[in-house]
Amino acid sequence: MTRHPTRNPFTHSETAAVGVSVEGLSKSFGRFEVLKNITFAVPPGEIFVLMGPSGSGKSVLLKQIVGLERPSAGRVTVDGRDAASETTRGQVRMALVFQSGALFNSLSVYDNLALYPREHQIADEAAIREKVMRALQILSLEGTANQSPSELSGGMKKRVAIARGLVMEPQLMLYDEPTSELDPVMSATIAEIIATLKEEYHVTSIVVSHDRELALGIADRVGILMGGELVSLGTPAELRNPPDPRVAEFLNPKIDLQHPRFKKLET
Amino acid sequence: MNQLTAILEGIGSTVQLLFRAASYTPTLWRQRARFIEQCFLIGYTTLPIVAILSFFIGSVLALQAGYSMSNFGAKQFIGSLVGLSMARELGPVMAAILLAGRVGSAIAAELASMKVYQEIDALETMDIPPARMLVLPRLAAVLVMMPVLAIIADLVGWFGGALISKYTQSIAIEPEAYFSVLRRFMEFKDVLNGLIKAEVFGFAIVLVSCNIGLSTRGGPREIGAAVTKAVVTSLIMILVLDYFVTKALMHLQS
Repeated sequence: MTRHPTRNPFTHSETAAVGVSVEGLSKSFGRFEVLKNITFAVPPGEIFVLMGPSGSGKSVLLKQIVGLERPSAGRVTVDGRDAASETTRGQVRMALVFQSGALFNSLSVYDNLALYPREHQIADEAAIREKVMRALQILSLEGTANQSPSELSGGMKKRVAIARGLVMEPQLMLYDEPTSELDPVMSATIAEIIATLKEEYHVTSIVVSHDRELALGIADRVGILMGGELVSLGTPAELRNPPDPRVAEFLNPKIDLQHPRFKKLET
Repeated sequence: MNQLTAILEGIGSTVQLLFRAASYTPTLWRQRARFIEQCFLIGYTTLPIVAILSFFIGSVLALQAGYSMSNFGAKQFIGSLVGLSMARELGPVMAAILLAGRVGSAIAAELASMKVYQEIDALETMDIPPARMLVLPRLAAVLVMMPVLAIIADLVGWFGGALISKYTQSIAIEPEAYFSVLRRFMEFKDVLNGLIKAEVFGFAIVLVSCNIGLSTRGGPREIGAAVTKAVVTSLIMILVLDYFVTKALMHLQS
């Protein structure tokens, strides 16, 4: 990578990646406790992958970081600012790539990407066009600019969602299951894109996923969430021989036709 | 008890949404493209159905008035009856009911689906307040378009009454006579009265429908529920507000 690590691709200005800190975070919906006393920190510029079985609270944790939901107890800070406060979003540029893409269906792909700079009056139309086309080019999506989101395939929607995040020149990029429902090659492509964005633009990335290849391939550190608790936290190398048997099974499940798991559950 | 808290919560969040949207009023000029689009959706697309309905409301009023008033030789006053009823009551109420069915439902459906498919969450993470981008242009547009719809409802209703009065054998009143009575017994304040009511109804329908759409939770099935809720709430609100606004306006004018 030849580019200066803190250069932003669009404005050539310095953007500082931000750190995220989660302290004693708990979240309950009614009586159901989804997150239990979670503590970890992500330093600026790191790729942190959060893994865990479905329903373990990964997406809820992501919503806490981006400030869409308030914690029941504990605190999440982004760049030292309280994530639950409405003003934080104005001070730190955070982009969340939703699992579904969450593209604006009434707008074309181009307008989806142009919405953020237009609404925040960051640049004039010519500069916005340049930014948007550059973001589409990075994700090999030039041909889709005038299409509507409903005309795109699942993989394209995800890439458009990443491109939309990129136009925001984010200091923190959050991905919710970026490779789910994608074929293996497209999953690898998305993983490469996430890693490249970190290398070239020095953005902090938090990736929620249960894609083992992605976690072991691009993560600086991996956290594993089970039943609302952070049961493991370490580098991908440390994860190859996890001491916790639950983590070992989650990362390396053997298909055992003689003793199927669902039959064990029944007895 | 739970339903009562739900109603109070609904009122609270609607008022909050109103203040939030109003605080972005200075951004309206740069959102003029959205404002014009909403004027088109709210005004132009509702116009034909408002015209058709008010034509028949005016006609049936003339017909019924002719039937009952000719018994005591008062049928020459049909013009004033149709004129006043349309201007003070039926024009604004009918326009508002159609607005609830056509625009209120569409707003609730659109915003509810944006909420269910996380587009609203996406806007919030992008630090673009939905109250500014989605609610303000709609509220501004209804304030401009609602009096226009009500005036058209009045005019078409009067015209419908005139037409029926001329061509119904038992009534047979010439349009000149019909409109001269209409003018004699009606003042500008009667029309203005109706326009103020229309403005209040329209604003309330759009605000409530926006709030119901934005407070949708759950899956796609909730989109349908949000639409039903928006229309039913709007209809109840129109009739309740109608009484209180009429009463307040009478009090102010006396």
